[in-house]
Amino acid sequence: MTKEYKTIVDVAGPLIFIEKTEPVGYGELVHINMPDGTSKRGQVLDTSADMVVVQVFEGTGGLNSEAGVVFSGETIKLSASKDMLGRILSGAGEPLDGGPQIVPDKRVDVNGAAMNPYSRMPPEDFIQTGISTIDGTNTLVRGQKLPIFSGAGLPHNEIALQIARQAKVPGSDEEFAVVFAAMGITNEEAQSFMADFEKTGALERAVVFLNLADDPAVERIITPRMALTAAEYLAYEHDMHVLVILTDITNYCEALRQMGAAREEVPGRRGYPGYMYTDLASLYERAGVIKGLKGSVTQFSILTMPGDDITHPIPDLSGYITEGQIVVSRELHRKGIYPPINVLPSLSRLMNSGIGEGKTREDHKAVSDQMYAGYAEGRDLRGLVAIVGKESLSGRDRHILEFADLFEDRFVRQGKDENRTIEDTLRISWEILSDLPESQLTRIDNKYIDKYHPAHQQKAE
Amino acid sequence: MEVKGEIYRVAGPVVTVAGIKPKMYDVVHVGHEGLMGEVIKIEGDKATVQVYEDTSGIKPGEPVVKTGMPLSVELGPGLQESIDDGIQRPLQTLQEKMGNFIERGVSADGLNREKKWDFKPTVIKGDVVEGGSVLGLVQETYNIEHKIMVPPNVSGTVDEIKSGEFNVEEIICTLSDGTQISMMQKWPVRGPRPVAKKLMPTAPLVTGQRILDGMFPVAKGGTAAIPGPFGSGKTVTQQQLAKWSDTDIVVYIGCGERGNEMADVLNEFPELEDPKSGRPLMERTVLIANTSNMPVAAREASVYTGITIAEYYRDMGYDVSLMADSTSRWAEAMREISSRLEEMPGEEGYPAYLSARLSEFYERAGVVTSLCGENGSITVIGAVSPPGGDFSEPVTQNTLRIVKVFWALDAKLAQKRHFPSINWLSSYSLYNQALSGWFAENVGSDWDELRGAAMDKLQQESELQEIVQLVGSDALPEDQQLTLEICRMIREYFLQQNAFHPVDTYCPFEKQYKMLKAITKYGDMANEALESGAAIEKIVTLESKDELAKVKFEEDFDTALESVMTKMSDEFAQLGGK
Repeated sequence: MTKEYKTIVDVAGPLIFIEKTEPVGYGELVHINMPDGTSKRGQVLDTSADMVVVQVFEGTGGLNSEAGVVFSGETIKLSASKDMLGRILSGAGEPLDGGPQIVPDKRVDVNGAAMNPYSRMPPEDFIQTGISTIDGTNTLVRGQKLPIFSGAGLPHNEIALQIARQAKVPGSDEEFAVVFAAMGITNEEAQSFMADFEKTGALERAVVFLNLADDPAVERIITPRMALTAAEYLAYEHDMHVLVILTDITNYCEALRQMGAAREEVPGRRGYPGYMYTDLASLYERAGVIKGLKGSVTQFSILTMPGDDITHPIPDLSGYITEGQIVVSRELHRKGIYPPINVLPSLSRLMNSGIGEGKTREDHKAVSDQMYAGYAEGRDLRGLVAIVGKESLSGRDRHILEFADLFEDRFVRQGKDENRTIEDTLRISWEILSDLPESQLTRIDNKYIDKYHPAHQQKAE
Repeated sequence: MEVKGEIYRVAGPVVTVAGIKPKMYDVVHVGHEGLMGEVIKIEGDKATVQVYEDTSGIKPGEPVVKTGMPLSVELGPGLQESIDDGIQRPLQTLQEKMGNFIERGVSADGLNREKKWDFKPTVIKGDVVEGGSVLGLVQETYNIEHKIMVPPNVSGTVDEIKSGEFNVEEIICTLSDGTQISMMQKWPVRGPRPVAKKLMPTAPLVTGQRILDGMFPVAKGGTAAIPGPFGSGKTVTQQQLAKWSDTDIVVYIGCGERGNEMADVLNEFPELEDPKSGRPLMERTVLIANTSNMPVAAREASVYTGITIAEYYRDMGYDVSLMADSTSRWAEAMREISSRLEEMPGEEGYPAYLSARLSEFYERAGVVTSLCGENGSITVIGAVSPPGGDFSEPVTQNTLRIVKVFWALDAKLAQKRHFPSINWLSSYSLYNQALSGWFAENVGSDWDELRGAAMDKLQQESELQEIVQLVGSDALPEDQQLTLEICRMIREYFLQQNAFHPVDTYCPFEKQYKMLKAITKYGDMANEALESGAAIEKIVTLESKDELAKVKFEEDFDTALESVMTKMSDEFAQLGGK
């Protein structure tokens, strides 16, 4: 099937229209031989007996009706192999690091298939990220999809890198890998990611897919699928625990909208396609643990909220698919706190199955609830103080107010290389909680207070 | 007869085919792999098909096979204990056939073809039967006796009836006109099954949950909506309903939810025990699971598949409760398909027929006399997930216009550890009137009054709380302080219920009545004491009052309550003496 068609009739945006072809499969990979001898690639979007519509990945610049079109006869596949580890690939899976082509062990369709819910294992293994605001109050578990909701100019990349460096399951030395997919990020950002990977030696255990800001937007639609296919391959064929970092989902959705507009589809909310929920689900849902298999795929995506608006369609739809979110706050960032994670709107839906006795520690849930409640109340009081002044607060309220400050200063704030164990996180929690009168620790069982409260421990000594 | 056509055009899940003359909503098999799809538009000799599976690699010119049947489910013994996807393919069979991921082009029978069932006929040769008549019985699971019925559109005289072990496809009955009947029948999911008569709901769905039964009852055969913000205990509420409702069969539809959450349901349900029979709850449960990344068209169908199965059991005379989680995802599937068809969008991009589809679905609930003369019911409890918790969005609004009961799960209450975290101010039930006869007869003639008074008090409380926040509770007059105290008792003693406590997890109506009555009695006595000059501090610190909080956990509730109430009278008598 290497017939070359010279029958392009229309070129519109990233789309070309070809007529008089043999039957062509939907979603097929297409090679386009340009008049100047170079080649481009594309994918079939719409196929009928009369006309085939192809979306060109590298853009249609320089294309005209003289270009030749070859249909490959197969859908887009990833050449998967364990040799992918340590490699840097383009958003479409081609080597960018000057190394050889990857010799495929298996060629896998990048669209993937839906995991049978019956085969899924409910996730419950605690992952220690070394960041207190995640481990302590929004715990990540293996097989979860937990995005970072951030905004322009916030240090989400640093947080993602720190997690990639530090994430591990305490007490286990199972094989792990990082799959990193950049979608539309700037060259500068990509460089700093790469530099960090190389510096820490993480690159050896990583597969990197780069689609940069100046790469074609269409390719961005394929990039996360390539990455997730690689992740699934490593997890389910090679028993590895894979952490997938996708950045930035917002750029992906922009590309989706761009393609929808080029295809003249009826737009949904804010111009994004009506199928965006399902499309995002087909990415996010590719995380999980399968019964009887050792490996797992955990997703940690980054999403910058346009205008810091959490009700924007991208974060809104994402929040309905992912199992929670980590929200990066501009207010904390301005205060100079790193990582500026605001625990109040953040949430990990699978936290309860990953913590407690035998996983982290028996008092984890109670401590987390107590701090959550204290910090929430403390922040409310800050508003009140601005109106009535600190003097008019009751003694109890003043304690809570101080607690909120301590919480931000001791619990939230930590170094970029500070890798706290869960014991460290809980110890700090108890230290700041002990600043509150014991009678205010209403959410913690007395037996835990006796066992872990610093004042009681001193007594015991 | 197979009619073959060919594919003309493929654009994602929407495929245009030519050469078959299908009816609207007929199922067709597309391509060499036979992907299942449904006809959604007919234009001249071409038809638009919405395909339930991924269409990558499908080419124009590939064959299309018409089945001539709309999307149908297989109904017969073996439905109980099953876990299926949205188009009734058993997930376990899919796993055996293609491993951990759902590949396309795999068909799987909804009902097990191998398994033999012991069929005991209840008709004899020469009996005249019509649609819905019972031909015989099969013991499907320990407590479900499956009635084998004549399909609704068939009637005649029994020519031959068999007895013994058969699988679902074997002929068990032949009518004199030659019609052969097996234990399995197929029914198109989008249309309701016919009934002899629709009845008014007159009895409540007894759930044993005080806030539901006592405050916001849903009628057996009624409809309810439950919003599910995160961390509000939706799962526990649903499981309590599944476990304790006085229905015979539970149908649970997981529609477009997260894979990991569905895995939790699939893992937990089989472990639940039916408290009434001590048998696994799965023996009277049908689970349908279609996660958000499974094909969107199958998600759209899943709700219909579930309700059709529910109707089938209702026709046998069973009370069925159906939970759809979540109808918002279902509506989104409609939105997506509608936008693929380039239909003119309505509010927020949802199709203009959203409201009609929702009401059609909820209308399939109800109490009926079935064709075989049995009374059965379907109670529908639909979960809605409004984006950003905004109840003004179209799906929630259209749902609230149809359903009669709203159980407002409230994350704030859950954070305060008030369970079940159903907000008593924003919830409502429109069945109180219709059910008052039943309550007067079965619970107590003054039940409506007690309930009304308690609700009144809770309403007053919310008003008083606003004042308290400004001036503190000590500044209130004493009688209002007492009202606040009584409300606290209603909330903590009555409304709060511990799903994990062996006694408190289920509260029969009689006990609910006595509890509410006891709290009211305290209120009356306290007011009296206050009027005759007793100090409020003493009234609210009676020992018997604290003991009243704990009687709900006692095995021997009646005795415990009696002794507390006797003590209470004594204590009040002493107060009054001063």
